[in-house]
Amino acid sequence: MSENLNIQQIRADFPILNEVINGKPLVYFDNAATTQKPRQVLDALLGYYEHSNANIHRGIHHLAEKATSEFEATRRRIQEFLNARLSEEIIFTYGTTDSINLVAQTYGRAFLKAGDEVIISTMEHHSNIVPWQMVCEETGAVLRVIPINDEGELLMDEYENMLSERTKFVSVVHVSNALGTINPVAEIIQKAHAVGAKVLIDGAQATAHIDLDVQALDCDFYTFSLHKLYGPTGMGTLYGKKELLDAMPPYRGGGEMIKEVTFEKTTYNELPYKFEAGTPNIADVVAAKAAFDYVDTLGKPHIAAYEHELLTYATDALQDIDGLRIVGQAKQKVSVVSFVMEGIHHQDIGVLLDQQGIAVRTGHHCTQPLMQRFGIAGTTRASFAVYNTTEEIDRLVQGLHKVKKMLG
Amino acid sequence: MQINEIQDELIEDFSLFDEWESKYEYIIDMGKQLAPLNEAYKTEENIIKGCQSRVWLHAYIEDDVLKFEADSDAIIVKGLVSMLVKVLSGHKPEEIAQADLYFMERIGLHQHLAQTRSNGLASMVKQMKTYGLAYQSINQ
Ligand SMILES: Cc1ncc(COP(=O)(O)O)c(C=O)c1O
Repeated sequence: MSENLNIQQIRADFPILNEVINGKPLVYFDNAATTQKPRQVLDALLGYYEHSNANIHRGIHHLAEKATSEFEATRRRIQEFLNARLSEEIIFTYGTTDSINLVAQTYGRAFLKAGDEVIISTMEHHSNIVPWQMVCEETGAVLRVIPINDEGELLMDEYENMLSERTKFVSVVHVSNALGTINPVAEIIQKAHAVGAKVLIDGAQATAHIDLDVQALDCDFYTFSLHKLYGPTGMGTLYGKKELLDAMPPYRGGGEMIKEVTFEKTTYNELPYKFEAGTPNIADVVAAKAAFDYVDTLGKPHIAAYEHELLTYATDALQDIDGLRIVGQAKQKVSVVSFVMEGIHHQDIGVLLDQQGIAVRTGHHCTQPLMQRFGIAGTTRASFAVYNTTEEIDRLVQGLHKVKKMLG
Repeated sequence: MQINEIQDELIEDFSLFDEWESKYEYIIDMGKQLAPLNEAYKTEENIIKGCQSRVWLHAYIEDDVLKFEADSDAIIVKGLVSMLVKVLSGHKPEEIAQADLYFMERIGLHQHLAQTRSNGLASMVKQMKTYGLAYQSINQ
């Protein structure tokens, strides 16, 4: 179906797609939660432990140097992937949640005061709500929330009205995990900067689908998790502008992040190490490079075009099912379809699809305030990756007909 | 009937099904047949934690036996809840506290239900047994 990608060949790169679940070939539609990993990433992970494993930055022996150089190669690879100006603007974290907490706990605690305002949106993941609530509680800053329309798009007029000299920080999601909406982040950033506020973009759901250029976007911080980008779990990135990262106090204290320690006073290491206390997740960082290489070899524009075909196909097919309503009908969307079915609990849909070998996500997707906005307890979400096919979507549709028959 | 006799009967019922559809249709039917729980008992206190969907469990003593009434907003969970009520409700508190619930595993439901949902059921079983223990000590 795709002009530029050989989907069957791509599928062959993902060993787990051969799994048989409840007697049926696996259909994996839970990619927004985490994507599967290609052989290239698995090989890199194993290869690291087999040929390079050592602790980094300190050793003078051969393996320590090799591990350090592979570890730092991923940093430069991410710099290139995001088009960051400097490699020390790339901080390794455990993931998006960890990155946002880092910013809230360091930048937030150092620079927010009582009466300042932090703006988030209705469609944020709990990971981009709770850290800000915590820091607002500590500092007396006020949390404000951009509302959305029924299609699941931000109300940009309301956002503009909210901005003032009190606005100190704006933290919004690039792509909604529950709805698939792509937010106009360039405009959000530019408007925030006009009132002197700093901006963090939660890119957890964007990096696998959208071409990125943090310099062109001019965001102050950008965060994502590798496990949603065909890479390993337990590893993520915080991009931050150097002048901000320099001005921020350190986050965790310990080894690696120091320059000199005495009992009287400790001086801190320079960027990026200032924010990387302790032995990092070396193996996953090293293996992550293979994930970026994988995505860039396929080409993000090609991936996006193919996934858009899947989205259109699925949207049309699902809408034809009686009593099914898609939640999130934004004009700009990635390949995520969230839906509810009249009179059927999402959990029942999930259980019965699982019996048919189809993996979807059900529930509130860590976006409870968003579910409240739509007046629902949760949805069933199918999210597609580059290895999914229209035949699999047909199986989902058949599966849902069966669910309806059994529960009708 | 004793707790184990009811369990054995359920295991036998399920042994007739060789397709997942019939098994789940039976569970769904059990859910539909469960007597509705009085709205007054659908309180915050009676909600079982750990379930993705909501489960309410109401317990009371009648004629020296412990009785359960329950409900869920998802039908398959309600079916499973209904089976647990069928097995445990109407027995002496100490019998409930000490019951060895083997039927779920024998029916193959542990393997068929994802962990998050099993955990919900596991919390429900735990809660039922806790009631058993609590009423047992009151009786003594
Ligand atoms: C939009 C969004 N933000 C943040 C997160 C949290 O990511 P992680 O669990 O990898 O820290 C997720 C993951 O589901 C997400 O979808």
